[in-house]
Amino acid sequence: MFEKLQERLEATFKKLRGYGKLTEDNIKETLREVRVALLEADVNFRIAKEFLEKVKEKALGEDVLMSVTPGQQFIKIVYDELCELLGATNKPLDVSGSPPVSIILVGLQGSGKTTTAGKLALVLRKKGRRPLLVPSDIYRPAAIEQLTKVGKQLNIPTFAVPQLKEPLAICKEAKAYAMKNGFDTMIVDTAGRLHINDEMVNELVDQKKFLNPRETLLVLDAMTGQDAVSIAGTFDAKLGVDGVILTKLDGDTRGGAAISIKAVTGKPIKFIGIGEKFDALEAFYPERMASRILGMGDVVSLVEKAQEVFDERQAKDLERKLRKDEFTLEDFKDQIKQMKKLGSLESIVTMFPGFNKVKGMINFSEAEKDIKRVEAIINSMTMKERAHPNIIDGSRRVRISKGSGTSVNDVNNLLKRYMEARKMMKKLTKGGMKGLQRQLFMR
Amino acid sequence: MGLFEKIKNGLAKTRDQLVTQIEWVISGKPVDESVFDEIEEAIILSDAGLETTEILMTSLKERWKRGQVKTSEDVKKVMSEEVERMLSGVEVPATANSGKPFVILCIGVNGVGKTTTIAKIANIYAAAGKKVLLGACDTFRAAAIEQLQTWADRLRIDVVKHAEGSDPAAVAFDATKAAKARGIDVLILDTAGRLHTKANLMEEMKKVKRVVGKELEGAPHETLLVVDATNGQNAIAQAKTFNEALSITGIVITKLDGTAKGGFLLPIAHSLKIPVRYVGVGEKIDDLIPFSAKEFSRALFE
Repeated sequence: MFEKLQERLEATFKKLRGYGKLTEDNIKETLREVRVALLEADVNFRIAKEFLEKVKEKALGEDVLMSVTPGQQFIKIVYDELCELLGATNKPLDVSGSPPVSIILVGLQGSGKTTTAGKLALVLRKKGRRPLLVPSDIYRPAAIEQLTKVGKQLNIPTFAVPQLKEPLAICKEAKAYAMKNGFDTMIVDTAGRLHINDEMVNELVDQKKFLNPRETLLVLDAMTGQDAVSIAGTFDAKLGVDGVILTKLDGDTRGGAAISIKAVTGKPIKFIGIGEKFDALEAFYPERMASRILGMGDVVSLVEKAQEVFDERQAKDLERKLRKDEFTLEDFKDQIKQMKKLGSLESIVTMFPGFNKVKGMINFSEAEKDIKRVEAIINSMTMKERAHPNIIDGSRRVRISKGSGTSVNDVNNLLKRYMEARKMMKKLTKGGMKGLQRQLFMR
Repeated sequence: MGLFEKIKNGLAKTRDQLVTQIEWVISGKPVDESVFDEIEEAIILSDAGLETTEILMTSLKERWKRGQVKTSEDVKKVMSEEVERMLSGVEVPATANSGKPFVILCIGVNGVGKTTTIAKIANIYAAAGKKVLLGACDTFRAAAIEQLQTWADRLRIDVVKHAEGSDPAAVAFDATKAAKARGIDVLILDTAGRLHTKANLMEEMKKVKRVVGKELEGAPHETLLVVDATNGQNAIAQAKTFNEALSITGIVITKLDGTAKGGFLLPIAHSLKIPVRYVGVGEKIDDLIPFSAKEFSRALFE
């Protein structure tokens, strides 16, 4: 995500680090490169221009020239300005008011509204809400079936009545149904439409008038080019938009659209879509995104996510076990389970700075399969074997490999890796970090 | 409505924006160096990318120095000529004669309009009296099969399909086999949208292609990449990566009826030289027209 922009900026900053201080001349060159980076990232031409003027103004001021490391100072200025452009704070979803509260998703064709509706329903259910999915795309073939299937997959009710052939009528009936059946939130999916198609936009205006939604969310493809400004601007002007959901950010799009729409509409980006699975919707944090752009990685995100899923008591328990050298295969499996709660390997890895460079080299689906294999192998062991791996002899290995649908070689590999991990952890607890570092780097 | 009229309408907003800006810049004033910045802006706003913008600007400036560009009409003419020159090599109309059944594999990132485009292409061939069959290889997205089926019902053509979640390569295999057995002229395979950065999904698509090729030598005869005109520079990355993995033989650009300009077609044509087959200009079944470099540039700069 934002990788290419990040790479470009990184290269630019590297160049900058070579100088002792910033001069008008080398700022000029750097600014030009930042401009190229922004434009190649699809940041709107005019937004990029404004941005650069601001950065230039600040960079030429004393605070830059007086700083000890001009490169760092410059990163700070670019970072601050990017943060300001992207918005100061994260704005959570507003579902206040008397139920059923409506959220309506609008956007161009193919931006990902229906998938996002499912993801959003999942987010709301996690927050303890009782969402109802309302498909109102009567135009695209099988659009209503699509949301209905999504609802079924997620076990979230969908209001689909084939007899209703008009979006406004669907909204009316759905609201009555929600009230009667105790749904507190309605997520209304709408047909994709062009922002310049007045007839179609007016249809949305009618739906909005009736629903009086707390949130009218524009779903926008993160790969959108210069036109993002006109799409977001027009939807906002004609319909009134409360926020934006940026989709398909898991690709290699440079994502400049984020900067453009925020600057033009002033409306917050509330969520980002980062995958095809239904839990791949994240809150948008401007600071984190700006850090990401600048190559600082998204360590904050990872730390918070880790805190969320790691049970502190379990962690202490593990520490005690490690100290006493009681780390069993069962614990090993627990660790894998904890890791999986963090998300897919790919999404975890992208949160680390510098990982963009290796991302393309790792086959994540293979790595995920590997983890599944390990789990299967451990699951095929008896409790005794998990606690005392030393007793696993040849015939036990054959049995385990059969039980887990793997080969004896796989089982051997796992046991070898487990023994190594155990050795490593022993060193870690004995010699602390220094011991581990020595182990890793001094051999 | 004639072909030229249609593409002109489809591109009207694109053209208006660019032309208005150029005219606004030039009206009443003699063309001098100061107007170049703003012309450059107009090209960048079309998503043509910096490299292409530079090429166009260099050529414009050279001709201006030689005294060939004096008025706004000259600017348009020069631009139009340059764009046409860049695109003329990729204007290669689609044909379906090099195999029977002629197999078209449609690929692209999520939400570009693959299924709708397939329906439109099917309609073109069916109207020409060809026997068309569709293969529903998007077994991943919810109701993708139903979406294709609905179109097929409207066009009265058959679909080969499996259950949702099944192996897309298996569907492709069955569809190819069925096409051979039933004497089909054109088989079009719909596939799940995938971001070009997902290594595993690209492998899956390679397998689909391999399987089709094994069942029918030379197939797929056309590997068609569908790109969304609304996209920016990422469309270039899509074209490059899909081409490296799957050797694209044709491109369709969709959603040109909006305000987006699809200028990325210029760098794609310039660097990859892959034929652009069709242009999508609306939601109706006949809103797909053959790509024409001359009319594309004429509609942009006339």
